Amino acid sequence: MAGIIEIHRLSKRFDQQLILDDISLTVNDGEFLTLLGPSGCGKTTLLRLISGFESCDSGQIFIRDKNVTQLTPQQRDVHTVFQSYALFPHMTVFENVAFGLRCSKVSTTEIKARVENILAMVQLSDFSNRKPHQLSGGQQQRVAIARAVVNEPLVLLLDESLSSLDQQLRQSMQIELKRLQRQLGITFIFVTHDQEEALAMSDRIVIMQDGHIIQVGTPREVYEEPANLTAARFIGQLNIFTSRINEVTENQIHYSIEHIERRCKNVKQLKKADPINVLVRPEDLRVWGEHELDPTDHMLPGTIDEVIYKGSTVDLIVRLKSGRLIYATEFFDEDDENLFYNKGESVWVNWLENWEVILIDESA
Amino acid sequence: MNQRSAFKSLTIGTLVFWLIVFELFPIAMIVLVSFSTANSSTLYTYHFSLDAYRQLFNPIYIHVLLRSVKTASITTVFCLLIGYPFAYILSRSKLRWKNLLFLFVIIPFWTSSLIRTYAMIAILKSKGIINSVLLHWGVIDHPLQVLFSNTAVIIGLVYNLLPFMIIPLYSNLEKLDYKLIEAAQDLGSNTWRTFFKIIIPMTKAGIIAGCILVFLPAMTIFYIPEILGGAKSLLMGNLIQDQFLFALNWPLGAASCVVLIVILLLTLGIFWRASRSNHRGALL
Amino acid sequence: MKQLCKFSFSTLVYTFLYAPIIVLILYSFNNAKYTLNWQGFTLRWYQLLLHDNQLLRTVGHSFILASLATLIALGIGTLAAVSAYRYRYRGQTLIYTLIIILILAPDIMIGIGLLLFYNINHISLGFISLLLAHITFCIPFVMLTLNSRLQTLDYSVFEAAKDLGASEWTLLKKIALPLLSPALISAALLCFTLSFDDVIISYFVSGPSFQILPLKIYAMMRAGVAPEINALSTLLLIFTFIIVTTATLLQKRP
Repeated sequence: MAGIIEIHRLSKRFDQQLILDDISLTVNDGEFLTLLGPSGCGKTTLLRLISGFESCDSGQIFIRDKNVTQLTPQQRDVHTVFQSYALFPHMTVFENVAFGLRCSKVSTTEIKARVENILAMVQLSDFSNRKPHQLSGGQQQRVAIARAVVNEPLVLLLDESLSSLDQQLRQSMQIELKRLQRQLGITFIFVTHDQEEALAMSDRIVIMQDGHIIQVGTPREVYEEPANLTAARFIGQLNIFTSRINEVTENQIHYSIEHIERRCKNVKQLKKADPINVLVRPEDLRVWGEHELDPTDHMLPGTIDEVIYKGSTVDLIVRLKSGRLIYATEFFDEDDENLFYNKGESVWVNWLENWEVILIDESA
Repeated sequence: MNQRSAFKSLTIGTLVFWLIVFELFPIAMIVLVSFSTANSSTLYTYHFSLDAYRQLFNPIYIHVLLRSVKTASITTVFCLLIGYPFAYILSRSKLRWKNLLFLFVIIPFWTSSLIRTYAMIAILKSKGIINSVLLHWGVIDHPLQVLFSNTAVIIGLVYNLLPFMIIPLYSNLEKLDYKLIEAAQDLGSNTWRTFFKIIIPMTKAGIIAGCILVFLPAMTIFYIPEILGGAKSLLMGNLIQDQFLFALNWPLGAASCVVLIVILLLTLGIFWRASRSNHRGALL
Repeated sequence: MKQLCKFSFSTLVYTFLYAPIIVLILYSFNNAKYTLNWQGFTLRWYQLLLHDNQLLRTVGHSFILASLATLIALGIGTLAAVSAYRYRYRGQTLIYTLIIILILAPDIMIGIGLLLFYNINHISLGFISLLLAHITFCIPFVMLTLNSRLQTLDYSVFEAAKDLGASEWTLLKKIALPLLSPALISAALLCFTLSFDDVIISYFVSGPSFQILPLKIYAMMRAGVAPEINALSTLLLIFTFIIVTTATLLQKRP
């Protein structure tokens, strides 16, 4: 098998409730994989099954080709960084990090060398005699990571590890984690419910919902080509239109939104009269002043409903003719002075051909 | 896997074994013996009969039972009236002092309750400390006859059992989230309403636990009536002690004990419901 | 005003709790047998106590009994509390109920139950019967004290230790016991004092072969307690106070 972890048809129930339903997944060696989903989607349970803290009802887990399904956490070559860090409060930083090595009876001199090495790597050499409560949140987190990686596991599991930090520290820890992962060359499996975090850090993202994996892909893939509406809604803001295909010509499809006809490439081999959802990201929408341009073919008319300035961008809420609201994000450009809108102003809205995502409407 | 389940079954197993052999089995024995017949040579023979319960309905015993319930009720009420405000003050005192003040409630436990009760004679007797002080200040003309009366027994019981009321109340009040009280006040609730609608319901488990810990022992600590009371203040405990050690009517003694078990189970049922209704209902 | 009310009320309660203790300490230095009048300071009772070998032997018995009961109850209770905290098992509610009943049941019930139990199993009343009884009534207090401490711990600390390869034994020795040590100390103190002062349960399950202090005092009650006992109680109070203070100070040291 190719991956460092192979998960094969895993299912798990708690009190009759299906938490994980027939999950299969391959984790590649050395990648930073993120399990992303709303709370209750089963991502933490999946992590605990990999670490061995829970046992599955059916299915198998392989770590480097070895079936570990029935093994205890100690017997698996993976370590966990807990959400609460779970540092031993009565031990110093050094003792915390040395704990796993002592358990596997490594010699004292080697322990000293390895612990000091790893503490230097996470920039905590000066703190080795401190107790956990004397450290800041970010430092505690680095101790937790050092403690887990000093045993040289094949895979490091991180359970919502950044969620208890404040916004600013969180961003610097994201960079820090990524750096550590590169430096150590260890596979990281990271659990989060924060999509920005997932996009920023991961090599690949696994989107989960209700015990299922909805999509696996690089941040770019899941952002630009969401597999379905749920995945699309979960990653970033979105405008969703429902429509029906009017016509298929060569490899283009024609559909209309608000009685305005548009077209795009027929990537998914759709047929005439298929019900579809048209997904457009706010930042892909272009908003034009009423007199800014002359040919207004394929453009949607509307009026400005709300203007929200956000520093480098301005968010617009536009009311279309039918009364529905759409969201558009415009980036400030020093050369463009037409970025100042007034409430109630009439505008034209469009997007570049093929920038929309077409999904077949399963609910119709 | 193996090591873990061995550790688990060994540790839990020992406890379960101990509780079954030294708690469940002895209690079952009490019930069993209460249904057997008294026998002067072997103490009792197991031959099912309701004799002991019939004897229990003898007016003398009914009288002792009623007096015990009355004395224990008065004791419980006094302990609650003193213990609740005290535990509340304690739980709201400054953090620095809290542990020290609580420690001072525990310290009396360190000396034998027997000796402390005995020392109360010196305080309560007609030429004792209280009477001397009251006479000296001219509050009374004649020394009060407190010692060797029911009053002395109740004072002694309240004295000995007060900490058992304070401890569960304190641990409940300690855990009480003060923000709830502030929220109630913010919503316009006055002091009394806050007390009866918020604080009391949230410490219900502690109140019931405290009452059980006071009520049953108040009926059964036999040495307190012996030391402080007169011939007419003997309670259930003395009755049971007498049947087992002197009258040697074990079935009757056991039957009296079953009465206690029934009271215990009834109160336990109430406690169970109360602790389920507020989730933080741990006992101590 | 409100503060004053609170203050005087608590002072009154403390006075009530401490008056008998102060009386017994004073009497231990009073040069007379039970009169209220102060007859002068004396250490006579303390001297008498030191030469009363019979009394000292019962004190020794009580010490041995309380220490052993504490140790064994602590062992059984701690291991069970840690296991109960870490694993789910069948019959959890039953055990919890039995523990609660053991705490809430009046002493006389346990004393009589054990007396009947010993009687039917032909266990003679003496040291063993006392020890078994004392262990029994100490166990629930160990469980409760440890449980309330365990509830405040972060469970993932245990998972982290297992994850890093700790065996059950290492887990207990290196993680559970150090984290529980404050609770263990208070549980031990509680058990020791409970056992040392127990009258009612011991009354039913002891025999002439092994006399203990509380029962000796109880027997003396009818004839009047000698001031020696006051001296002894004072010494024991001071002894306990020193132990508790040291334990508290040791715990506070980081």
